[in-house]
Amino acid sequence: MKAIEFENVSFSYEEGGAFAIKNLNFSVEEGEFVAILGHNGSGKSTLARLTNGLLEADGGIIRVFGEQLTDKNLFDIRKQVGIVFQNPDNQTVASIVEDDIAFGAENIALPREEIGRRIDFALKAVGMEEFRHATVSRLSGGQKQRIAIAGVLAVMPKVLILDESTAMLDPKGRREIIDVVTRLNREQGITVLLITHFMEEALRATRAIVMNRGEIVMQGTPDDIFERHEELLTYNLTLPLIGRICKELRAGGMPVQDTLDASSLAKEIAACVSKQSI
Amino acid sequence: MMKDVAFGQYYPTKSYVHNLDPRLKIVFLIAYIVAIFLAKNFYGLACCFVVLALSIGFSRVPVLRVFKAIKGILFLIVFTTLLNLLFYNGETVYAEWWIFTITKEGILFSVFLVIRLVLLITCSSLLTYTTTPVALTDGIESLLFPLTLIRFPVRELAQIMSIALRYIPILMDETERIMNAQKARGANFETGGLVSRVKAVIPVLIPLLLSSFRRAEELGDAMEARCYTGGRKRTKYKKLRFTWRDLLAFFAGAALITGVVLLNVYLGAMI
Repeated sequence: MKAIEFENVSFSYEEGGAFAIKNLNFSVEEGEFVAILGHNGSGKSTLARLTNGLLEADGGIIRVFGEQLTDKNLFDIRKQVGIVFQNPDNQTVASIVEDDIAFGAENIALPREEIGRRIDFALKAVGMEEFRHATVSRLSGGQKQRIAIAGVLAVMPKVLILDESTAMLDPKGRREIIDVVTRLNREQGITVLLITHFMEEALRATRAIVMNRGEIVMQGTPDDIFERHEELLTYNLTLPLIGRICKELRAGGMPVQDTLDASSLAKEIAACVSKQSI
Repeated sequence: MMKDVAFGQYYPTKSYVHNLDPRLKIVFLIAYIVAIFLAKNFYGLACCFVVLALSIGFSRVPVLRVFKAIKGILFLIVFTTLLNLLFYNGETVYAEWWIFTITKEGILFSVFLVIRLVLLITCSSLLTYTTTPVALTDGIESLLFPLTLIRFPVRELAQIMSIALRYIPILMDETERIMNAQKARGANFETGGLVSRVKAVIPVLIPLLLSSFRRAEELGDAMEARCYTGGRKRTKYKKLRFTWRDLLAFFAGAALITGVVLLNVYLGAMI
């Protein structure tokens, strides 16, 4: 089943202005982990906001699990599509962790006992059980963002969109978030749309989409995409560090294959070095 | 419990007073203030003092810390005392000079007033020492709940208060960051006259205001994305519950007011 479907969707922030999204056609299958890459202003955040009706498309049809998005079913669509935004500080509504996670569940009018269970579930899913009664402002950036994810999970959406949710975090925080999301995708079967400009983060995805000026310009597995590094550069995207190392090694005369896996690169280097020493 | 909610005055510890229902503490405080102002003789005030002393004892907040709250209104206390001392019209005149008269009644009244003010401030601050801002908000929300009958948006108000509490530490951090940024560019906040100090604050206020608007917009999006619709029926996860401890404190408050009124009637008003 298709979780998200865009059909000729266009959107511009000002009437008659430049298109932020131009005639977009794409779909995401249920259970997929899709990374959407693009530099600033490529329309990738607009795409997230269109999906759950925070923005209304100027033209085209958006479907979520086969149901067309309209003014009337916004509330139901939002129950199915959760978005985690960029700044963790601007997403929490309560001072205490459990109160904040309860917020979404309260909004969909769940009974008290069920909200309690959802909080347990969400905190466990992001690995923050021991912080249930903690103060949000005392947590680290990565922890706050995990709480933001938990807050979205408490609504139990089938699709989780991360709109540059790692952009403001340090490398450790970034890894925490990506680990959590990968686990949610594999264990809970939640469809994930990871919007980012950090190419490394796209490695865990089953499919990567590159956007530029409101259009999809590249699509394929992360490995496929990263092999076309010259093309990526034209969209102001740079290869992950490991991809650049492969490239530099080849330029330096070591015949290694393009790879994004650290251990396979290490094996190749070892093989090359041992061949030379013989 | 919520040991971490330490901004504001909250004094984190475990005690009988800390565990009381916030609604009850608010109602008790109101009753207490009424009692202070109903008391017309020193016996009544003595009653109030004993109750306060017991509350502080049960709260396990250090006494010195509780009385530190008085520092904030010290000026007010001194000022009103002086006014009453020098201008009160009484019968037994002790001293007279120009427009000032010191009378026995004036002295008594001033002392009375000081005790009243001190009791008032200490008791109110005891509430904030023993109740987290979050619990206070919950308490106020619950107490205002009957107002929903006249369509007053109590839950929305509570939501606003809760968000405000959440953003106090964030905005404080931000203010510090902006001030440091301005200092790095040579701004001076510490010296100069009143006018130049006020002027120096403007370059801090404007970025702060702008960023608050941006935050508000993002927060609005995030809330909507989590299915918030404002008007729609929501449920509530945390519910306040009355226990026998709360009932006990309720009767203590009622007894205090009755006692003070009885003392007024039987021993006569002093003032």
